[in-house]
Amino acid sequence: MTAQKLLSTIAFYALVVVIFVFSVFPFYYAIVTSFATGTELFKVNYWPKAFSWANYETVLGGRNFVRSVWNSVFIATTTVVFALFLAVTASYALARVRFRGRGLLLMMILAVSMFPQIAVLAGLFELVRFLGIFNTPWAMIMSYVIFTLPFTVWVLTTFMRDLPVEIEEAAIVDGATPWVIITKVFLPLLWPALVTTGLLAFIGAWNEFLFALTFTSSETTRTVPVAIGLLSGASQQEIPWGPIMAASVIVTVPLIILVLIFQRKIVAGLTAGGVKG
Amino acid sequence: MASNDGGLSLSQQRQRAAFWFLAPMLAALFFVAAWPLLRTIWFSLTNTLLSDLYGGEFIGFDNYLSIRVLESGRVIYRGTLVDPAWWNAVWNTVRFAVVSVFFETVLGLIVALVLNAEFKGRGLVRAAILIPWAIPTIVSAKMWAWMLNDQFGIINDILLNLGLISQKIAWTASTDTAMYAVLMVDIWKTTPFMALLILAGLQMVPRDIYEAAKLDGINPVKVFFRITLPLIRPALAVAIIFRMLDALRIFDLVYVLTPNSAATKTMSVISRENMIDFDKFAYGAAQSTLLFAIIAVFVSLYIWLGKVDLSGEGQR
Repeated sequence: MTAQKLLSTIAFYALVVVIFVFSVFPFYYAIVTSFATGTELFKVNYWPKAFSWANYETVLGGRNFVRSVWNSVFIATTTVVFALFLAVTASYALARVRFRGRGLLLMMILAVSMFPQIAVLAGLFELVRFLGIFNTPWAMIMSYVIFTLPFTVWVLTTFMRDLPVEIEEAAIVDGATPWVIITKVFLPLLWPALVTTGLLAFIGAWNEFLFALTFTSSETTRTVPVAIGLLSGASQQEIPWGPIMAASVIVTVPLIILVLIFQRKIVAGLTAGGVKG
Repeated sequence: MASNDGGLSLSQQRQRAAFWFLAPMLAALFFVAAWPLLRTIWFSLTNTLLSDLYGGEFIGFDNYLSIRVLESGRVIYRGTLVDPAWWNAVWNTVRFAVVSVFFETVLGLIVALVLNAEFKGRGLVRAAILIPWAIPTIVSAKMWAWMLNDQFGIINDILLNLGLISQKIAWTASTDTAMYAVLMVDIWKTTPFMALLILAGLQMVPRDIYEAAKLDGINPVKVFFRITLPLIRPALAVAIIFRMLDALRIFDLVYVLTPNSAATKTMSVISRENMIDFDKFAYGAAQSTLLFAIIAVFVSLYIWLGKVDLSGEGQR
């Protein structure tokens, strides 16, 4: 019996190790590659052997990559601020006020967030051209509303439903209007939820590819995913893997640090957006 | 609700406020979602070109299917619905969606069950599985493209050393393996997300049920199929539909990992290609409208058949 128990414990921990290695290895290998140069790059190294910053210098020395990072930061931040601003009041109405058609409205918002983005591409392209914002950050900021806004509304609504009714009742007795309730009573309680939702929406906007690819035409307006996706050499044989891996590490490390810091909150936010609805 | 004790006027006041709170969001969604969707559908019924967005004429359903009978009596069919490239993309997308979601669900369940157990280093593993999720899709596509490289890739090296393959495989370039490459990366990237959703469902199962089952000496496998699985079914159903919808619209991973490969070209990729790269704007619009229709039908069927409560209103 004990032998069997020992065996199953070993099997369990083996599974844990497998899960861990599978999750971490590709990123680890990207880091190893990003420090390799020259012929070292074309040998398969399981352990880091060379430490050269040359690839990082190549990436950061080229002006366009730094520019892309700033484009992405500006676009993602603006999109998130805008989405949170609209979502706070909307989710208060959806979570706290009973009105006819509320369920239907929630379903519609959810439907928009699950939309295939390609289905609006033609129409958005026309809109972007019409507004004269093609090849500017505003084209992305406008189009990212389509997935950040439904998501933030949805998650904030589930958070706001769970706030105790008593607080709101007390405020109403004191004669507070809905606007005062939101700004003075709910907003201070919602800060953690806002941070989580904002972070998730930020990651979504940071990672977006289809719209950014379609609505930009010059290297200086590209966002990070487009810049990395289109980074290529003169031919198939000359793909600059070292710099690509360095660029990948540069844009991923901040995300991973953020995600690890806000780990618990992110899981709560994801499940609010996923399982509960 | 608070409105019950405030009388009719308060309730009316709240409803009016609710309207004004919702109006900006609804206006924004109309502007970026509903209107562009309607325009896309409209474009699909015209012969608009990318270079001249306003020069299109209404041509009915010709982009979908047009039947013309020549004088000689020969019948010519044209349009997306008889386009082999389109059906290839449909088949690729469906195959990708079904296989990836299947594996992500099974592996996600396993990971979730592991993380639901108590062991040393659980926090570390849970942090580790967030890494694939946090990495941007384009970055993971590039990382894996490098690992799957035919000459210098580490995957071929590992498989060769283990004796599983006898010669190096061009994973992303060969038509036989391109789909496997895409599936591999997607499963790697998305299983953690699935695991976290399932884990949240698992943690809602009361612990005493397991204790009771253990006391009665019931086989853990039986406990899983008879107790755990039925209890997490609602969470699982919602997670699967979310993943399925995501998989059906996949674009970025395919576009970057296996560019221009007919073996992996999905509906989103082919629509965009026609719209933007090939200057068949209206034709691409028709294809994206079809994708939208397919997804809409799929969602309605799923909700109707599975009675899934997506809005969460039923819990209240």
